[in-house]
Amino acid sequence: MNFLHQLLEKQRPLFAKGGKLERFYYVFEALETFLFTPPTTTPARGVQIRDAIDLKRMMMTVVIALLPCLFYGMWNVGHQHFLAIGQTATFAEKFLLGFKLVLPIILVAYASGGLVEVIFAIMRKHPINEGFLVTGMLIPLVMPVTIPLWQVALATVFAVLVAKEVFGGTGMNILNVALTARAFLYFAYPTDISGSVWTYLGQEAKTVDGYSGATALAIIAETSANLKSNFTHGAAVEALNKVAWAPGLFSFENLFFGAIPGSIGETSTLMCLIGAAILIITGVGSWKIILSVFAGAYLTGLLLNAFPLNAYMDLPAHYHLVIGGLAFGAVYMATDPVSAAHTETGKWIYGFLIGFFTIVIRVFNPAYPEGIMLAILLMNVFAPLIDYYVVQANKNRRLSRATV
Amino acid sequence: MSAQTETAVKVQPAEPLFSKKNRKLLVDPLDSNNPITVQVLGICSALAVTVQMKPALVMALGVTFVASFSSLFISLLRNTIPVRVRIIVQLAVVASWVVIVDQFLKAYVYDVSKQLSVFVGLIITNCIIMGRLEAFALGNKPWPSFLDGVGNGLGYGLILILVSFFRELLGSGSVFGIKILGTDSLTGLPYQGNGLMMLPAGACIVIGLLIWAQRARNGYYEDH
Repeated sequence: MNFLHQLLEKQRPLFAKGGKLERFYYVFEALETFLFTPPTTTPARGVQIRDAIDLKRMMMTVVIALLPCLFYGMWNVGHQHFLAIGQTATFAEKFLLGFKLVLPIILVAYASGGLVEVIFAIMRKHPINEGFLVTGMLIPLVMPVTIPLWQVALATVFAVLVAKEVFGGTGMNILNVALTARAFLYFAYPTDISGSVWTYLGQEAKTVDGYSGATALAIIAETSANLKSNFTHGAAVEALNKVAWAPGLFSFENLFFGAIPGSIGETSTLMCLIGAAILIITGVGSWKIILSVFAGAYLTGLLLNAFPLNAYMDLPAHYHLVIGGLAFGAVYMATDPVSAAHTETGKWIYGFLIGFFTIVIRVFNPAYPEGIMLAILLMNVFAPLIDYYVVQANKNRRLSRATV
Repeated sequence: MSAQTETAVKVQPAEPLFSKKNRKLLVDPLDSNNPITVQVLGICSALAVTVQMKPALVMALGVTFVASFSSLFISLLRNTIPVRVRIIVQLAVVASWVVIVDQFLKAYVYDVSKQLSVFVGLIITNCIIMGRLEAFALGNKPWPSFLDGVGNGLGYGLILILVSFFRELLGSGSVFGIKILGTDSLTGLPYQGNGLMMLPAGACIVIGLLIWAQRARNGYYEDH
């Protein structure tokens, strides 16, 4: 280790002011601080509050919190594949197949987004920010496994450029960068990210009898559209349980554990909750946002249950929490410290409205089967407004108390 | 007395038609004072008619025509229009020119006229035209007003053409309806149309990137 550090330090004059490669100083600096402690740290004098956590460590914590979802997702990719073609396979076979399919997507996302980051860091002469460590991991997890790699690259470049660098880089973005990448693909190439793209079928297109790659959301939406207003109570759950090609695929337990078709990392509510625990214990993610998203979705579900006009509105509220990407969005996307509301009261309002809009979009908009992506992006835009009114309310409260 | 005054009045030489000042009126709106990218006016029609280049070009010509002749006529009438009803007079003049454009398009390029649909009629409410009438034509002579209208129409048209070029090329792989990219096209390169560019949101992003490029080139400082 020491040898490596010395080797790096020897190159420093090359990149320092007046050196040959002065332009690329920040590339050098990024590599060095990524591997070793930065040479300059806050000294033990002055009145600053010193904390061991910095941006890099915070981002790594989120990446660690994402690992349960990532590994489970890799296994699930293999599991869905063998389920669809009707073969049995061991745990290792499933995981290795998933690993083989998911790894290229991750590498492409990191490489393309990282390139944009480096170019802008050199152009704007600022250190390379670590914010992309998380974005580069989130983007693959919200993609279907069958996504073409060039689309991953294009979406990542677009998102980093338009959602982040345009506004000034890490910490200045209005929208969540990973969700911008997904929204870009969703509107630019809708056929590759909706419908029956969620399962990797491979070369042999021979699937089991009655196979359909539809997600739980699509099945419920279809049932609801077919039955219209003459449905019986519990028709949506019945339709989920009736899926013939894989009995029990959409039972409540299975929806919770996440062995269902969907984007790579978002299927398992359980793994999202483990990630949430890591984020909350380390203090990186806000428990208020996570809790209020779930609460908003659940209460909206209950409200719709009270006035069931079609099968979707009749779907039990707790089902809403485990289908689709609600849990993943609530834990990893809504808690993005930059684009979320910053005030403590604001976080409750922000999270609650995300949950509310997710359910509203799911149930009432036939064009969009899942609502969490658009709900979070919408509330990202409104977060500063929420903060403004929370701060104003606080000012007014204190003004009315003042006696001068 | 009167003889004395007459000798005191200097005969001013007539300003040449394309003096430096007049050229500035024509050229400024193309770049440094562009109605769309600098003043951010007329965005609504810029988002709506730029999916393909052909309607965008027709729209650009239509707006240039209406802007220049409305400016000319309002400038001619500027001393007779009562201040309190000036907006309604402006609307009447603009509307007359828009009706002419609309009838002309229906007669000669019917398919484009169908594509543009309400947006030809909506030129009447185009903020650029009303803005130029209010800000320039009401206080200036006919010829500079006419040039100002032409310049602003062209500045608007330039951005429309640029935006529609990118939207048509990226969205459907063609330019002026001629397939450039994709199978059975001129180059035969594989290409998958980008659906985002077909949506108005795509135009919003393209205009934003154009503004970014323009500010990076010209330099931009926020006034505080």
